Amino acid sequence: MTSSSPGPLIEVEHLTMRFGGLVAIDDVSFTGRPREITAIIGPNGAGKTTVFNCITGFYKPTIGRLTLRGDQEYLLERMLGHEIGQRARVARTFQNIRLFPGMTVLENLMVAQHNKLMTASGLSVYGLLGLARFRNAEAAAVEMARGWLERIGLVADADRPAGELPYGAQRRLEIARAMCTEPRLLCLDEPAAGLNPRESTELNALLVSIREREQIGILLIEHDMSVVMKISDHVVVLDYGRKIAEGPPAEVQRDPAVIRAYLGAGDEAGPDA
Amino acid sequence: MTTAARLPFMLKDAALTAFVSAALGIFIIGFHTVDVSGKGLVFDYWFEDLAVAVIVIFFGRLGLSMAAGGRRWPALVLGVALGVAGASPLRLPSTFLHWFIVIAAVLIIVRAIWPWVDVELARMRHSTHGVAAGRAGAKWFGAILLVAAAIMPLMPFADQKTMDLAVLILTYVMLGWGLNIVVGLAGLLDLGYVAFYAVGAYSYALLSTQWGLSFWVVLPIAGMMAATFGVLLGFPVLRLRGDYLAIVTLGFGEIIRLVILNWVDLTNGPAGIGGIPGPTLWGAVFAETAPPGKQTFAEMMGIPFTGNQRLVFLYYIILVLALITNFFTQRIRRLPVGRAWEALREDETACRALGINPTNTKLTAFAIGAMFAGFAGSFFAAKQRFISPESFVFIESAIILAIVVLGGMGSQIGVVLASVLLIGLPEWFRDLGGYRMLAFGMAMVLIMVFRPRGLIAHREPSVRLHPVGSKT
Amino acid sequence: MAYFSQQLINAITLGAIYGLIAIGYTMVYGIIGMINFAHGEIFMIGAFLALIGFMICTMLGIGSAPVAILLVLLMAMAFTAVYGWAIERVAYRPLRGSFRLAPLISAIGMSVTLQNYVQLAQGARPKPGGQIISGGYNLFSADGFDVRVTWLQIIIVVVTVVLMAGFTWLIARTPLGRQQRACEQDMKMAALLGVNVDRTISLTFVMGAALAAVAGMLFLMYYGVIDFFIGFLAGIKAFTAAVLGGIGSLPGAMLGGLLIGLIEVFWAGYFSSEYKDVAVFGILVLVLIFRPTGLLGKPEIEKV
Repeated sequence: MTSSSPGPLIEVEHLTMRFGGLVAIDDVSFTGRPREITAIIGPNGAGKTTVFNCITGFYKPTIGRLTLRGDQEYLLERMLGHEIGQRARVARTFQNIRLFPGMTVLENLMVAQHNKLMTASGLSVYGLLGLARFRNAEAAAVEMARGWLERIGLVADADRPAGELPYGAQRRLEIARAMCTEPRLLCLDEPAAGLNPRESTELNALLVSIREREQIGILLIEHDMSVVMKISDHVVVLDYGRKIAEGPPAEVQRDPAVIRAYLGAGDEAGPDA
Repeated sequence: MTTAARLPFMLKDAALTAFVSAALGIFIIGFHTVDVSGKGLVFDYWFEDLAVAVIVIFFGRLGLSMAAGGRRWPALVLGVALGVAGASPLRLPSTFLHWFIVIAAVLIIVRAIWPWVDVELARMRHSTHGVAAGRAGAKWFGAILLVAAAIMPLMPFADQKTMDLAVLILTYVMLGWGLNIVVGLAGLLDLGYVAFYAVGAYSYALLSTQWGLSFWVVLPIAGMMAATFGVLLGFPVLRLRGDYLAIVTLGFGEIIRLVILNWVDLTNGPAGIGGIPGPTLWGAVFAETAPPGKQTFAEMMGIPFTGNQRLVFLYYIILVLALITNFFTQRIRRLPVGRAWEALREDETACRALGINPTNTKLTAFAIGAMFAGFAGSFFAAKQRFISPESFVFIESAIILAIVVLGGMGSQIGVVLASVLLIGLPEWFRDLGGYRMLAFGMAMVLIMVFRPRGLIAHREPSVRLHPVGSKT
Repeated sequence: MAYFSQQLINAITLGAIYGLIAIGYTMVYGIIGMINFAHGEIFMIGAFLALIGFMICTMLGIGSAPVAILLVLLMAMAFTAVYGWAIERVAYRPLRGSFRLAPLISAIGMSVTLQNYVQLAQGARPKPGGQIISGGYNLFSADGFDVRVTWLQIIIVVVTVVLMAGFTWLIARTPLGRQQRACEQDMKMAALLGVNVDRTISLTFVMGAALAAVAGMLFLMYYGVIDFFIGFLAGIKAFTAAVLGGIGSLPGAMLGGLLIGLIEVFWAGYFSSEYKDVAVFGILVLVLIFRPTGLLGKPEIEKV
C-alpha cells in the first residue's frame, strides 16, 4: 500500500441527519483519501446508507459539511443531487441494483457519459445535423464503454438488455457504469451483496484495479468482511449513527468497541471480563 | 389434474360472472329511462337485452375458461356455435347484441387457437430464416408503408371520403408520434396534450384571420407558442411523480380549454373562429375561384378544378409534417438527450446519480412534444377552416394516449397501426357511433391487462456494439 | 352579510358531497397507492341508480319520503358497491405487479368505458328526477335578501357527518379497519400475518363506492338533474379535495371537500361563475406543486 498520505479527497465534518424526531446519524466525521479504498462498516441500521445518501445528494444533511476536493472544493451539502455527479464528479452504486433494465448493456454505459456527449452534441444541434464533431465524440464514448466491458467481461453481452444479465454481471455493470462518468470519488453501496465467494474475489480485483489504474478514491459500504479486510486501506465503523472507530483495517478489527458493537456486550470474554 | 374435475369449477365461475353482470346491469340497463314530453321520465324495459347479454357472458366466460384450461376443442365448438348464433337472422332485441355475440365468439376462438398460433410464431421467429426475415421485415415494413402512403392519393379508390379519413388518421399519427416523445420515450404521463394542440390551432386561427399571415409563416410560430406553453406548464410540475403529474397535466388541459371557452374577447368563446384560410401553394389558393390578385391552383396548373385537389394537398402536408416528427424522433433517440429520456423513464434515481438533470431533461421532452402538437393543431385549423373549444376536450388527450399505449410505448410503427385501428376502423363502421368510445375505453383496459407493452413490444437499441446479425 | 351567509350554507352542502366522494379516492390511494380515475364514474352510476330507484318507488306507490330515501339509499349503495368491486377485479387487480403507469391508464380506460356504457344504456340527454324533499327554513333576512337553509341541505350535511363518524369508527375500532390500516402500512407484512390482502383491498373499493353512491343520491336530490358526464368534473374536484386535505387521510378528505366547496361557491358568487372550475383546477395545480402531501398528510421520504 502506498503511504504517501495525500490530502483528503472527501471530508465529512460533523455530519448529523435527523428525520423528524429520529436521529439517524449523530456528529460523524471522517475522511477518505484519493487512491485509497475507504470502507464504512457497522451493524445493520448503523446509518451507513444514510451517510452515502447525504454525500451523494439524496438527503440534505441537517448539520454538517461535506467537502470534495477536485479541481476546486465542492461543498456537497449545498449541491443538488445531479450536480454532485455532474460537477463534483461523485458517482455511486445502489444497494438494490439500479440499472436501466430495458436498455442494453452498452446503452447503460452510454447514458453514463451523457454530460460529456451533450456538450459534444452542442445541446443536440450538432447531433441532429449529423456533424462529424458529434459522431467522433460518440465513437470515443463507445470505445470507452468497450474498454470497461472488456474489463468486466461483458463484451459479448453488449447488446443484450441489462435486465437479462445474471445478478453478478449486473453488479459489475453498475460499477462500470459509474466509472464511465469518470468520477473523482466512487461510492459503492454493498457491492458484494449477494455475490458468491468467487464473484467476491473478482470484485476485489476489480476495485483494486480501479484504485491502481484510475487512481481515484473509493468509498465503500460493506458487510462482507473478506472484501473489507482484504482491499480497504482505511476503515470507518459506525454504530447507532455514531462513529466508533476509524483507522487501518487491522487496527479496527482489534478495537474492543468495534467487537462489542458487532457481537454485543456482556456475554463474551474480553479484557475487562 | 384431470380436466374433468375442473369443469364444475369453470361452470361455477361462469355462473358467478354472469350473476355479477346481471347485478351490474339490472338497473342501469334493465330500467332504461326515456324522456316523454309531457310525462317526464318513464321506463322502457330492456330486460330482454340484458338477459341475452348475461347468457352470452355466461357462455363467453365458460368458453374462455375452457380455452385457457386446455380444453381447446370444446371451446372451439362453443365459439363456433356462438358465432353462428350471432350471425344468424335470429330475432334479437337489437343489432348490438348480434355483434356482442359475434365478438364473444371471436374471442373464444382466438383464445382457443392462440397456443397453436403462438408456437408456430415462436418457431418461425427463432428459425434462422425467421430471424433474418424479422430484421429485414422491420426495415422493409416501414419503407413499404411510406411508399404506400406517398402514392395513396393517386389510387383510384382515393375518393373524398377516403382522403378525409386518411388525413384524419395521419393527424392522429402525428399527434401520437408527438405524445410518444413525452409518454413513450420519457415516460411522462401527459393527460393534457390536447392543450398544446389547441394552442397551435388557435395561434393559426387568430394570426391568419386577424393579421392575414399565411399558413407557412404561422406554422413555426404555432410550434414555438406551443413549446413555450409546454415549458411554462412543465416547469413547475415535472418533478411530480407519475400519477400526480398525470392529474396535474389533466388539470392544465382543462384550464386551457375553459380559458379558451370563456375568454370571448380573444377567442370568440363557444362560437369559435371561422373563415380560417387554408394553406396555399406558392400563393395559389385551393378553391374554385380566387380572391382578387391571387390565382387558384387549378388556374396555375392549367387543369380543371376538382374539390379533391384541396384534400390531396392537405394530405401531403400532414404526411410531410408527420414524417418530420418521425424522422426527428428516430434521430433524437440516438442522441444523448433521447437516451436520457429513456433512462429517466427506466429509473430516475439512477439518472440523478449519473449527473443527469432530470428536470431539464423532462422539460425538453415536454416542450418538444408540445411543439409537434402545435404544428398539428395549426394544420387542423387550416384543414377545418373553423375551430371551437369543443374540439379540444379531455377525451382527445385520452384517445391520443390510447394510440400511444396500444402501439407500444416508444414504437413508431406501433403508433401507425394503432391509429389505423382506433381511428380508421370505427370510421368504416359508421353506424357504430357511440360504441366507438366504449370500445376505446375497453381496449385501453384490456391492453393494459393482457399486453401492457402494446402491439409492438420490441425495442430497438439506439446504439449497438456488434453489428446486427452477428453471433453474440 | 346575508349573501355571504347563503353562499356559506351552499358551500358547506356542496363540500359535504365532495367530501363523501373524496373519501373513496383517499382510501384507495392509501392502500394501493393508485389514483382510481374511474371513481368519479362510480359516483355518477350511484346517481343514476338513485334516479331509477326513486322512479321505481313512485311506481310502487311509496309515498313517504323517508322510506323512499332509505330504500333508494340501500339499493344504490349495494349496487354501486358491486360496480366498485367489479372494477377493481377487472381493471386493477391484474395489474398489481405491473409498471407504475399501467393501473392509471387502465383506470382512464375504465372511466371512458363507464361513461359510454351509461350513455348507451340511458341515453345522452340530462335526466331529471329525485326532487322529493322540498321546503326549508328561513334563518334570517338582511339587505332584502332571505338567508334560507333547506331541509335537504340539512339532511345532506347530517348524513355526511354521520357517515364520516361511522367510517372513522370503522377504521379505528373494528378488525376490518385494523386490517385495512395494516395493509396501508405494509402489505407484505400484513399478508404474512394472515390478513387476506385481496379481500381487504376489495372491501376498500366497495366502501369507497358505497360512499360515492350516497353522494350520488344526494347530488341527484339537490340538483334535480343528472347526466352521464357529471362524474368527470365531480371526480376531479373530489380528487382535488382529497389531495388538498392530504391524500391517505380520512379527515383530510372531508376537510378538503369542505375547502373545495367553499372555493368553488365563493369564487362563483363573488368573482365569476364561468371560471369557478378554473379556480378549483388551479388549486389542484398549486397544491400539487407546493404541498403535495396536503394539509393533513404525512410527508413521504424517498427511499433510495
